[in-house]
Amino acid sequence: MKKEDLPQDKSALEKVTRELCYVKNAEGNYTTDLSTGWDVKKDALDNAWDDIKQRVEEALIAVKNNEKSPIYYFMELKLMDLQVLSGYTGFWKMTIKRHLKPTIFQSLSDKKLTIYAKAFDISLEELKKFKGTSS
Amino acid sequence: MEKKFKHIQTAHCENGVATSLLRYHGLDFMNEPLAFGIGSGIFYLHIPFITISNGPAITYRTMPGAIFKRACKAMGVKVSRKKFSNELEAQAYLDQKVKEGVPVGCQVGVFNLPYFPPEYRFHFNAHNLIVFGKENGNYLISDPVMETTTTISEADMLKVRFAKGPLAPKGHVYFPEKVGTVTIEMIKKGIVKGIKRSARDMLHIPGSIGGVAGIKYTSKQICKWRDKLGPRKAGLYIGQIVRMQEEIGTGGGGFRFLYAAFLEEASRYLNEPKLLEVSEDFTKAGDLWRASAVQMGRIFKGRINNEQKDFDVCADLLLQIAEIEKNAFLKLEKMKFN
Repeated sequence: MKKEDLPQDKSALEKVTRELCYVKNAEGNYTTDLSTGWDVKKDALDNAWDDIKQRVEEALIAVKNNEKSPIYYFMELKLMDLQVLSGYTGFWKMTIKRHLKPTIFQSLSDKKLTIYAKAFDISLEELKKFKGTSS
Repeated sequence: MEKKFKHIQTAHCENGVATSLLRYHGLDFMNEPLAFGIGSGIFYLHIPFITISNGPAITYRTMPGAIFKRACKAMGVKVSRKKFSNELEAQAYLDQKVKEGVPVGCQVGVFNLPYFPPEYRFHFNAHNLIVFGKENGNYLISDPVMETTTTISEADMLKVRFAKGPLAPKGHVYFPEKVGTVTIEMIKKGIVKGIKRSARDMLHIPGSIGGVAGIKYTSKQICKWRDKLGPRKAGLYIGQIVRMQEEIGTGGGGFRFLYAAFLEEASRYLNEPKLLEVSEDFTKAGDLWRASAVQMGRIFKGRINNEQKDFDVCADLLLQIAEIEKNAFLKLEKMKFN
């Protein structure tokens, strides 16, 4: 990539930092230059976030319809999957899968729910009272 | 006599930590391309059957930690590392190092990294930064991908050092312990070793998912995605490739421009003009990776209107890239250095 071809588009990194890229100067030697962003990249990131928003939306409906427990919603909201949540809670993935069922969620002890609440960075009350009505 | 720590911005975090810490310890010749090349940073791997953030697991670089480890080893630098199970111990150890005035590398997760924009905060746990001091209870941070230094509070520092999930950092702290004199011969030897190791890994890694073969594997997969996953999900998968390849930390073109810069530097050290020729090959590969990203952009921007032929064009570009990189690494493999 030539120095003059380095894109300087808008991105989420604006006001945070510009990123360093390796480009060729007029003499054909490598040098570094700073880029504010690249539209292609921005579209890819936006696309990923659209998907996340959609997943969160779907999770909200699933909790509202009593198909999934609130743990499922917060897991999606915090961009976690079973493996990450397992890391934060210490529960096995199998166990978490069970806890995603509304009936089993109802029977969980406060002790276990507190572990989940801590992983999601919310209060125990918030987790217990969540009915999928607000976001 | 107190040495002053100097912040250096680099494309990739691990190269940056290696470069800054080694320079702090007197290796003034060290720069990002050298650290990346001597550490054999360039690679390709597409792990099948598993997904990361609901997309394909693809990387353009070697495993986390390897670049720093190899670069230090080649320079005869002894590295001290520590991981912790106890958060308080981890904090006490870091504070102790800060008190001693020793800048240290820290592995962190970015999900809770306060100065990153929210759009970039995923559960990615192999980010690296340098802690070089503490003021008013806040750590002074040199994050190599940032233009300037920044700070992190004590509470946030514990959060990012004890992020959980894949590659959990477990408070990982590392720093060069003993740095001796580095001769020009050592640098040359390190460069040659780095080049040979990369050629070996890219050409001969067993199986069909790593190195040049891995690029071909991805190409084959791309052709199948639209039928297998549907247009929307296939578009998301394609988007993930672009992010892994071009996002902050890669220097553009999936590290290929960075490697081309290294080979240019290597040709100066080894006085070997043939390396410049191979550097050109990697520039070409990088340009084609960028071109494939543009082509892929059409797919995820079009979302549901994308067509199979768009995927086929991307797959063809990847095959071209695989061919170029294969020939380039074959040249490197055969090259004799004295």
